[in-house]
Amino acid sequence: MTHFHTLRRGSNWPTIGHFTMQAHQRMLDSTPDGLNSGEPPLLRTIGLTKSYGDFLANDSIDIDIWPGEIHALLGENGAGKSTLVKAIYGLIQPSAGEIRWQGQRIVLSGPSEARSLGIGMVFQHFSLFDNLTVAENVALGLDGRESFKDMSARLEQVSKTYGLPLDPKREVWQLSVGERQRIEIVRALMQDPKFLILDEPTAVLTPQEADQLFVVLERLKAEGRAILYISHKLEEVKRLCDTATILRGGRKVETCDPRRETAASLARMMVGSEIKEVKAASGRKTTVPRLVVNDLSLAPGEPHGVRLEHISFELKGGEILGIAGVAGNGQDELFAALSGERLSKDPGTVVIEGIAAGHLSITHRRRLGAAFVPEERLGHGTAPRMKLSENALLTGHAASGMVHRGFIDTAATLKTVDRATETFDVRKAKRDPEAASLSGGNLQKFIVGREILRNPAVLVVSQPTWGVDAGAAAVIRQALLDLAIAGAAVLVTSQDLDELAEIADRIAVMFHGKLSAPLATREATREKLGLLMGGSSLELEEAAHAAGA
Amino acid sequence: MELIEAIILAVLAASTPLLIAATGELVTERSGVLNLGVEGMMIVGAACGFAGAWLTGSVFIGALFGIIAGTMMSLIFALMALGLAVNQVATGLALTILGVGLSGLIGAGFVGERITPAVHLAIPGLTDIPLVGRVLFGEDGFVYFSIALIVGVWWFLYRTRAGLILRACGDNHASAHALGYPVLRIRTFAVMFGGACAGLAGAYLPLAYTPFFIPGMTAGRGWIALALVVFSSWRPGRLVIGAYLFGAVTILQLHAQGWGVGIPSQFMSALPYLATVIVLILLSRARSGGSTAPAALGTVFVPDR
Repeated sequence: MTHFHTLRRGSNWPTIGHFTMQAHQRMLDSTPDGLNSGEPPLLRTIGLTKSYGDFLANDSIDIDIWPGEIHALLGENGAGKSTLVKAIYGLIQPSAGEIRWQGQRIVLSGPSEARSLGIGMVFQHFSLFDNLTVAENVALGLDGRESFKDMSARLEQVSKTYGLPLDPKREVWQLSVGERQRIEIVRALMQDPKFLILDEPTAVLTPQEADQLFVVLERLKAEGRAILYISHKLEEVKRLCDTATILRGGRKVETCDPRRETAASLARMMVGSEIKEVKAASGRKTTVPRLVVNDLSLAPGEPHGVRLEHISFELKGGEILGIAGVAGNGQDELFAALSGERLSKDPGTVVIEGIAAGHLSITHRRRLGAAFVPEERLGHGTAPRMKLSENALLTGHAASGMVHRGFIDTAATLKTVDRATETFDVRKAKRDPEAASLSGGNLQKFIVGREILRNPAVLVVSQPTWGVDAGAAAVIRQALLDLAIAGAAVLVTSQDLDELAEIADRIAVMFHGKLSAPLATREATREKLGLLMGGSSLELEEAAHAAGA
Repeated sequence: MELIEAIILAVLAASTPLLIAATGELVTERSGVLNLGVEGMMIVGAACGFAGAWLTGSVFIGALFGIIAGTMMSLIFALMALGLAVNQVATGLALTILGVGLSGLIGAGFVGERITPAVHLAIPGLTDIPLVGRVLFGEDGFVYFSIALIVGVWWFLYRTRAGLILRACGDNHASAHALGYPVLRIRTFAVMFGGACAGLAGAYLPLAYTPFFIPGMTAGRGWIALALVVFSSWRPGRLVIGAYLFGAVTILQLHAQGWGVGIPSQFMSALPYLATVIVLILLSRARSGGSTAPAALGTVFVPDR
């Protein structure tokens, strides 16, 4: 492994801006121990530990990063990936252990010191400012030693060199997610980093945009830069990365070559046990239409919101319809229109169980047999500081008997909590804790359970397994399938195409507030979905293809 | 002619404390902090400013006292709202209540005293030009300073890197923190600047507007300054227009009473607030995308370390 990387170290460093090749060479030659084969890694952590009170977010992690490698950092949510990279980027101070940069021990006072060493970072939740321009955003990520004009010129140069087009004068809120990520990457590249950290960069990209990103990453690797790539998309990691380090519960489990592993073996290392396969629904029968949307158009309710345009679909009992799409293309708005958080003037736009419901309130729609699970667990799906029983009551009272003459039947609410707990294996410290005290996966199981236990005729669920551990995700997907088998109509919005492929019968794609015609899941290839997610229409693409052939 | 000149002079005098206080609050809010304690900081600035001028006989030192007093008040706010991450609205309201009480205590011994008010500029020849002479060349130092201040703030916010960082903190504190900017320190400075301006604006009242101190003499000007920042949609240029407009309404209200116009004076006093509400409605209707308020305004930030 080591000499493989040593070979690569002689490769060309490009010159961007004020750094020169010689400068790099000098840095590379500074091997303190003077051993040829014992050249130190670019970055090494030794026993890196970060504790928050009694909780060990990172428990003595050793990791070596070599120049010219793409190193994957794998792990479930809460495994400690973000904590580790925050420590490397100087955002948090480790409680114990050390970080070595080119063999030298470093103590980072903050991100700007990390940047000056040559460590760059592209954040998962972009660290951008919506109301500032692209150029201003880039300037904020640099250390301000050059004039704004020089910086703008360099921005143009770097974005051209790497094929990442950007308009420096536009404000960020006007840009798509893919463009926003480009800003982050260009900003990091302008510091000419030797080591770049990317935190789940493809989570919000279409498959095609992800492919473009991989081209850029391969190029950076060929230039001899090191990349730490955080992801939980295993196929992607197998395709792109040279090394993978797997974290679980704050500890390092393994460092391996992902290309020699299977997705299943990597998943096993991440989770620590086999994941139950979701049983595909066999012999499901579709019945009557239970949720029908007719030409639904709705103006955005928020400043940066999306306008829904002429959305129509029909969902029958026993059927699961998946809605794919890059976040922010109107999925939230569609959820609000279906759940009744936003009302439509025309009642006929949303029909639940044969009754025009576009003008009806949330409670009315629930009484018709609909149930809703929003994307955001805390603050939308539940009131975080309230107990589970109170949260059960808050959505359950419309349909089930937890209130008598205005008084709460405490026993009944607790019983609902117990049922959800048993049926969906919700793990919690006591019988009725605050919602915020549950882990993401367990809270999501509770919310989905709470809705499913009401035996809904229609379930609308948004990002059911977002940020949920693999075990809980399997439970939730199975529950959705079981609900469809029992005859309910299920609408699932998700950015995870694998998830939709696993459970949905048909998949439609949302783009700029419009919904494509649904494709049968077996026909919905990643490529087709990717085109739709990027706003192309399949007919046009096919026509172009035919013309070309 | 005489009357028009007198009205313009009165409008300028009435607008200046609004402009100074609102300029400070604009900077505070641009950093993402909503300090509703402007009225409280102003009234303490007024009491301390008068005390300083009365004790030393110098309006300048009085103004410095006002600035220091306002800054001290804002530090209480910074300690609570930034250091301890207490709700900003509650803290700001408490600051106003504290300020009103504190100013009564400080100013109690000075009620009924008089000082020599701030001198007005006098350039022979220029100041005597009819109509515009006294307006342009015959004002007190506060008026000229307030204009320099807002121009300086505009330049700072849009032409300097520090200003860009401050705006960035107001737009998204999590991002600013992730890039390594000390959000709380920057906000503390912004709050202190707001306090200094409010203190100076308060001191203007007993030092230049009327040469004596009475309890409660800010009479809601701090609230108008807050409304003004919203009215300006957080832009320095519009803030100047708004400040003179609101000042004009105040003066108009006095003259309207004098002329016997049949509009209740209470209605005229409510005009600035009404104007703010109307502007807010217009802004929210006209908005095509970019939000006008700093996105992180009024939200609590606790960095994880």
